Amino acid sequence: MTTLAPVAPVPETVPTGQARPSRSRLWRGVVLALAGLYFLVPLGASFWFTIYNETTGVSFAPYLELWTAEGFASSLLLSLGLAVATIVLVPLLTLPAMITVRLAAPRLRPVMEVVCTLPLVVPPITFVAGISKSLQVGGEVLAPTPFWATLIAIQDQDFPLVLVFVYVILVLPFVYRSLDAGLRTMDVRTLVEAARNLGASWPHVLFRVIVPNLRSALASASFLTLALVLGEYTVASILGYQPFAVWIVTISGSKGQLSVAVSVLSLLLTWLLLLTISGGTRGRRPA
Amino acid sequence: MRRSLGALPLLVFVGLAFGIPAIAMVAGAFTPGLDNLALTLQGGYLLALLNSVKLSAVVAVLGAVLGTFLAQAVVTSRSTALREAVLTASGVLANFGGVPLAFFWVATLGNAGVVSGLLGLPSGTLFSFWGLALVYLYFAVPLMVLVIAPALDGLRPQWREAAANNGATTWHYWRHVGLPVLTPGLLGGVVLLFGSAFAAYATASAMGAGTVLPLVTLKIAAALSGDVQTGFENVGLALSLDMVLVAALVMAVYLPLQRRSTRWLQ
Repeated sequence: MTTLAPVAPVPETVPTGQARPSRSRLWRGVVLALAGLYFLVPLGASFWFTIYNETTGVSFAPYLELWTAEGFASSLLLSLGLAVATIVLVPLLTLPAMITVRLAAPRLRPVMEVVCTLPLVVPPITFVAGISKSLQVGGEVLAPTPFWATLIAIQDQDFPLVLVFVYVILVLPFVYRSLDAGLRTMDVRTLVEAARNLGASWPHVLFRVIVPNLRSALASASFLTLALVLGEYTVASILGYQPFAVWIVTISGSKGQLSVAVSVLSLLLTWLLLLTISGGTRGRRPA
Repeated sequence: MRRSLGALPLLVFVGLAFGIPAIAMVAGAFTPGLDNLALTLQGGYLLALLNSVKLSAVVAVLGAVLGTFLAQAVVTSRSTALREAVLTASGVLANFGGVPLAFFWVATLGNAGVVSGLLGLPSGTLFSFWGLALVYLYFAVPLMVLVIAPALDGLRPQWREAAANNGATTWHYWRHVGLPVLTPGLLGGVVLLFGSAFAAYATASAMGAGTVLPLVTLKIAAALSGDVQTGFENVGLALSLDMVLVAALVMAVYLPLQRRSTRWLQ
């Protein structure tokens, strides 16, 4: 970090040459102090809110109560299940497409870019508005056909596949960017041609040649997906399901301290997940 | 045709999972005719739309300015530890919005909040336009730090030295060198922040902000759940179409800007 080493050969004609470093240190201190105040006070206040109330004094009860709270385990399990399904499905869809674009159909690249950027343009609430309308119209139209059962199945309360489909679309831009960066670091064409010449089948090429080389990109895409799905509220609440984020809001009315305690824990979890990503990518860079 | 077979699953999936809802939304918005769209541009719906645009604009501009100052403070400090800490924290907080963010602020400045109790703030302070802006900045500023830090890193110290050697003051340097180079990145950041604040629903909803500050996302949710009146679902879809148009406009500004700003970061 030599970005702003003090300018050594400043000519004497610049009168503020001496004063500048200390002045810039002063404003930097002010900026950092204000930022620290703004970002740390809510964290500290929230934590204090969870462990103190006027009747019982300081107690860590909300953090213990949490694990046995009604709905906690089931909603967390639902969120984790949805996340795992999304994490498995997204690379299965994107990887073959991205490799195809690189090897055989470069003209599809702009199409891929648009397809994978589009979800960023569409606010989730408008997307879910379209989904709920489709499900409703689909229900009316498909009722007399065998597709009716499929439509009901994807809306199963225990494991709503429709949420997985929505999440796949929502994480597509992030996963695409992450995998694209990963694929850039290797020579896909040579690897694939070598493997094919040695008699490997396409699935073999995908799972034994490409995927191992993409380990860190896949890992960071997965963690990002996990963080996103665990925190997702908009779509699930409007479609009427109760994964983790929806559950927190449900209990907030009756158990304020508990809901804030869950928020504190989920911040820590997000922190941990993202640290794992940056740790994972940094560790591999020098190799 | 056979050669692009590998791309087929993704394209079919997106066509179904994204295309059908998109068609349903547009079709619903125009059923019957233009009535619903016209309805969204008057009265309470227009107010909600304007509130959302206003709130997002305030958050975007303030977030961009504050985020740039913070990023500059971090980038110019020679402490690697500080830099790492702030950038990691920004990564977490920028991704952290949603429900927990709402509860953090309710616990801090809400009516029974820890800090509002200490300061003796009147109840309802957090549940106002500026209260909500304060909450949204909590993810907007870190997002801006992430966006602008690479651009600030790209400002070569030699440019500053060259400017100083030619007798330029700090103000001259920023006016004629720093800001022009940063402009695409700054504008791109403003647009990105606008988009994320405009799309935000979970935070405002979990705070129960709908009654004090109607926002377009909250109106859509209300129309969809049939809270208001049955048959207003298509109004929700028309509002969604309005939102997508605003968001598309915003992205149309953002993408070229982002492409331009990356030119300086080589």
